Amino acid sequence: MAVIKLSALDHIFEKYEEKKGNLIPVLHDIQEEIGYLPVEVQRYASKKLGVAMSKIYGVISFYSFFTTEPKGEHTIGVCMGTACYVKGAEDILNRLKEELEIETGQTTADNKFTMTVTRCLGTCSMAPVIMIDEQVHGNLTAAKIPEVINKY
Amino acid sequence: MAKKEILICAGTACLSAGAEEIKDRFEEEIKKLNLTEDYEIKTVISNTGCIGPCSLGPIAIIKDDSTFYGHLKTENVERIVREHLLQGKIVEDLLTEENGEKIEDFKEIRFMKKQKRIALRNTGIIDPNKIEEYIERDGYQALKSVLNNLTPLEVIEEIKNSGLRGRGGAGFPTGMKWSFAHQAEGEQKYIICNADEGDPGAFMDRSILEGDPHSIIEAMIIAGYAIGAEQGYVYVRAEYPLAVKNLKIAIRAAENNGYLGSNIYGSDFSFNLEVRVGAGAFVCGEETALIASIEGKRGQPSTKPPYPANSGLWGKPTVINNVETLANIVPIINQGSDWFSSIGTEKSKGTKVFAVAGDVKNTGLVEVPMGTTLREIIFDIAGGIAEDKGFKAAQIGGPSGGTIPKEYLDLQIDYESVKKVGAIVGSGGLVIMDEDNSMVDVARFFLEFTEDESCGKCTPCRVGTKRMLDILEKILEGKGRRQDLDKLEKLGNTIKETSLCGLGQTAPNPVLSTLKYFREEYETLIKQAEEVN
Repeated sequence: MAVIKLSALDHIFEKYEEKKGNLIPVLHDIQEEIGYLPVEVQRYASKKLGVAMSKIYGVISFYSFFTTEPKGEHTIGVCMGTACYVKGAEDILNRLKEELEIETGQTTADNKFTMTVTRCLGTCSMAPVIMIDEQVHGNLTAAKIPEVINKY
Repeated sequence: MAKKEILICAGTACLSAGAEEIKDRFEEEIKKLNLTEDYEIKTVISNTGCIGPCSLGPIAIIKDDSTFYGHLKTENVERIVREHLLQGKIVEDLLTEENGEKIEDFKEIRFMKKQKRIALRNTGIIDPNKIEEYIERDGYQALKSVLNNLTPLEVIEEIKNSGLRGRGGAGFPTGMKWSFAHQAEGEQKYIICNADEGDPGAFMDRSILEGDPHSIIEAMIIAGYAIGAEQGYVYVRAEYPLAVKNLKIAIRAAENNGYLGSNIYGSDFSFNLEVRVGAGAFVCGEETALIASIEGKRGQPSTKPPYPANSGLWGKPTVINNVETLANIVPIINQGSDWFSSIGTEKSKGTKVFAVAGDVKNTGLVEVPMGTTLREIIFDIAGGIAEDKGFKAAQIGGPSGGTIPKEYLDLQIDYESVKKVGAIVGSGGLVIMDEDNSMVDVARFFLEFTEDESCGKCTPCRVGTKRMLDILEKILEGKGRRQDLDKLEKLGNTIKETSLCGLGQTAPNPVLSTLKYFREEYETLIKQAEEVN
């Protein structure tokens, strides 16, 4: 795994220096930049922000968006909201598992996709939907899945 | 002269029905007839901010006279351009027919007719990334008149008189909330917009933030003026990237135009706004948890009192309003509290936006006066059940809400009536289920959600929801016992009574209400299990 250059994250700490309650925005930006929040980054953030390491870990483990594991190139979120559930989200999830040969939360062997289930994405009129990175794909059926993931 | 507009819906449903080709053909024909100087084609692109009646796609609206053409075919575009645009004659035989009548006006089609759009007045109509379009529709005029003509107390009085109640779920009177924070001692106060729309099946807040962000910004500045806050936060959930993006663009535009910042409209009032993005925790929609999250902590609720109005963000007086609530503020200021309170029922004023989804023909956002019946929403506006199956139940209010069965189709939807039948209006998620759905499975679905989202602070919620889920799964696996139903009820009622926050206090509702109305489904499963063993 590539070594993370911690000082390359300094611009993020500078950006939020003046803001009150900046821990969560800082973690968001770091994760966006390097994809995850490993222990050495947490330790660095603790020093930079003057916040106890235990508190930082507590926040990371509380919120489902933060991850301490590296993710694949693309993240697939399968919506498990009510409307999607009623319209067959489980079939979509099962087909994705089959196609990608991974379970929820895992990353494919070629590091291309990480699959997660998400809370309602609020695009219920297109149910069932999945979100790949920030793009929503709607009105899905299990049969359409290969076509969608082949685009990536 | 400004160009006349042709709106072509480019929502996902319309796109898949061929909206792109329709748009190309319109452009071609308009060019051919040299009408490019007079007409502009505008596509309304957003996953959720679409025009609405998805089942009639692809659609075009001639904005000038609001003529509606649905189920468009490319070969018909030429006629519309020649006859309608050039000669001003509506193309009769291309109009949508409903109940044997040709409908000309967009506002008269079934999906729109019974709607009254106040909170959604601009979504799908204006370009959210252009502040000029908001200003053209009287944007920032309410702010101007508030700053020039009203004292903070007069603003609060106006909101109180309107009867507006919080649209996020609890239905607390908004004017009272503002007045508590106004009266609270302290130099520093805050206003927060709760855009942590976590209820599965609810997407009105997303649509408003994506489609009309300035209406929220303007309302927050007015709220800030009323309570004496100079700093606001919008807390948006991380699942809504487009909402975050459009909101940030709008904030920058408002700053550049002097609506945010120092000495707004030459007054001595200053106000700044910041976006905070959530990180995937449902409980953060609860106001004390939301405050903890903005402060950079784990989003765990705390005991009330003290209420946020007295001691909220960083211990300062804070008002937290939901997106849809705020979307009503500007119209109330512009059109008066008397106008607003003339809409709705005795105790529930104004309109409510419902996110209608599930097994209906037309899904989408529906804004209707409080007191509209469930039957009108499902059958008149949403067009009835898909594939003409039978209606079984409506799940209202998400994981905190309950199911409403067939016998209450004529129930007037307002805060009090819905509560009487064991559900809540909540945030307005309305998932319609046809006869094929298993209600026990639906109850399990919601409980799985709350069990997973419980923050773990209170034992009844943390352990109780887990135990209830175990029992439900056992029943669904065909291993249920008769006494399980009593256990579910007892556990459910205990969790409701002994949990600290709204999540725990409402988590058992989906189970309790399906037990109340669909008990025979539970009993059938248990009977089958007993016969096998």
